[in-house]
Amino acid sequence: MSVTPVQATDTRRKSRPVIERRRSSARTRGRIPLNIVLALLMIYFLVPFWWLIVNSSKSSAGLFGGGSSLWFADDINYIQNLIDLFTYSGGIYARWLGNSALYAIVGGVGATVLAVLAGWGFAKYRFVGRRLSFAILLGSVMVPMTALVIPTFVLFAQVGWTNTIWAVIIPTLLNPFGVYLMCVYARDAVPDELLDAARVDGAGEFRSFLVVALPLLRPAIVTVLLLSVVASWNNYFLPLVMLSNNRLYPVTVGIGLWQSTASSYGAAGGQTLWSIIILGSLVSVIPLIIAFLTLQRYWRGGLAIGSLK
Amino acid sequence: MSVSTDTPVSTKSRRSTTVRQNLTGWAFVAPFGIVFLALLVLPIGYALYLSLFQKSLIGGTRFVLFGNYIKAFSDPSFLDGVWFVIRFSIILIPLQMAVSLAIALILDIVVTRFARFSRLMIFLPYAIPTVIGALMWGFLYSDNFGPLAEIFESFGRQAPDFLSTSLIFYGLLNIVTWQWAGYYMIILYAALQGIDPTLYEAARIDGASQWQIVLRIKIPLVAPALVLILVFALIGTLQFFNEPKILQPLAAGAIPNDFTPNMYAYQQAFSLANYNYGAAISFALGAVVFVCVYIFLFATRKRGSFMS
Repeated sequence: MSVTPVQATDTRRKSRPVIERRRSSARTRGRIPLNIVLALLMIYFLVPFWWLIVNSSKSSAGLFGGGSSLWFADDINYIQNLIDLFTYSGGIYARWLGNSALYAIVGGVGATVLAVLAGWGFAKYRFVGRRLSFAILLGSVMVPMTALVIPTFVLFAQVGWTNTIWAVIIPTLLNPFGVYLMCVYARDAVPDELLDAARVDGAGEFRSFLVVALPLLRPAIVTVLLLSVVASWNNYFLPLVMLSNNRLYPVTVGIGLWQSTASSYGAAGGQTLWSIIILGSLVSVIPLIIAFLTLQRYWRGGLAIGSLK
Repeated sequence: MSVSTDTPVSTKSRRSTTVRQNLTGWAFVAPFGIVFLALLVLPIGYALYLSLFQKSLIGGTRFVLFGNYIKAFSDPSFLDGVWFVIRFSIILIPLQMAVSLAIALILDIVVTRFARFSRLMIFLPYAIPTVIGALMWGFLYSDNFGPLAEIFESFGRQAPDFLSTSLIFYGLLNIVTWQWAGYYMIILYAALQGIDPTLYEAARIDGASQWQIVLRIKIPLVAPALVLILVFALIGTLQFFNEPKILQPLAAGAIPNDFTPNMYAYQQAFSLANYNYGAAISFALGAVVFVCVYIFLFATRKRGSFMS
């Protein structure tokens, strides 16, 4: 299985503009409709965000006042809504955000460390049982993770781990796909000759991994970290099952709770709650959007590892 | 390490190399291996064990062997749920793949700053928790908050209610497509960018049109990426839970507690404290997913792809 490392893709891309320029004149005609299609697609993908930005500016009167739901009301109420959001129910929303960050960072970093080590081991060492364990690993990528939640809950309940932060963090350490990605990437990104050279220079196995391999593996590490953090930040089923104390909730479960409370009041009854749910949703998506925008150059190449064959 | 075979030391040195390869290899893999055993193998085994028992108020817990599975596969709640996720996958996955492939192909041709910007914007929903995504679309669908009523009223029509029993299928279809198409598009786009552009030049010299290049070169060369996406989408869709769970309070009556197998397992285990039956449903669902995906990968396998 040969995966084109990201570097190779990049050099090819550099040679592209020349060709691009040569054929551009022949194809300018076809470009305008394609740009219109892109613009329409962008509208479709951004409408929900637009709705959220517009409606989180409204007071509950504005929200239920019958104005257009795709445009701002007369009063822009962001500040008051933010105050409401962060003071509602003793400021529990800030706590939920903190919990989400804790679960995502500890779980994500832990999963990434395990995946990097194991991926490296599978990629570079011919140990006994390697083929079999790698086959089992590939098979496990196909196991639906939600099928594990109920038995894990019962197991954790027996040792008293449910309703603690560990009930959410520990299961997120398992990331078989991350191991697969690391292995595939490491196989091609770090030449064996480089390792041999390090060994000849007297570096131990672990030291040559740290000094020689890790820097070369950076794009894959960032990608696996980002994927693990996103999976953990976005997780809903696991914390919903594991946690009953709402002070331990991550923001996804917290907003889900508010939403079902507000729905049970009926649309009119939970008016104040609806406006903080809308703003709470907006605030909760900002951290990951920032992470993706700032780490763009890493994940753009990295997300394709494992699919280029 | 390359050990020269013609020197007398070689056998000994090779043996020590093998031992070291073994020990270091296992040392790197062991931490993950422990987590794998504790959090994957153990729960699966335990689910299987739990599923072989039945708990009743009078008789206590008793061993029923496959009793729970016989019950599940004749339980209309479970079967309807399985049928729903299968129907949903059959419509959703081709739709999602077509949308993401079309976008990736457009972005591969149009190389402007606008195209780069739209690529990022189309990817954005991936960064949104599915819970929030479902919530946002729930608002857009609802007649209290959503724009659908306004838009349709201006044409003098009644707005479709995507939260009603008859249209919830399409409502969910739209949410999942919106959420994941961008992610799949990025994978396909990267695969397209990895194709050697001299292939296009050669094809053009041979008189190939843009369409022929797309159909004969681009799509066949990104086929492995399409297979990978299909597998992810299938695994994801068969364990459908978050979106219907979040829409449930908004879509009164359209989403019952046994809407998908996972929702049914959740209800059995956590509303009714029937862990044995919940575990049986989870295990049966896991087995169904595993077998479906395995058969699919086996059928589409090629030398040098994911499974080999």
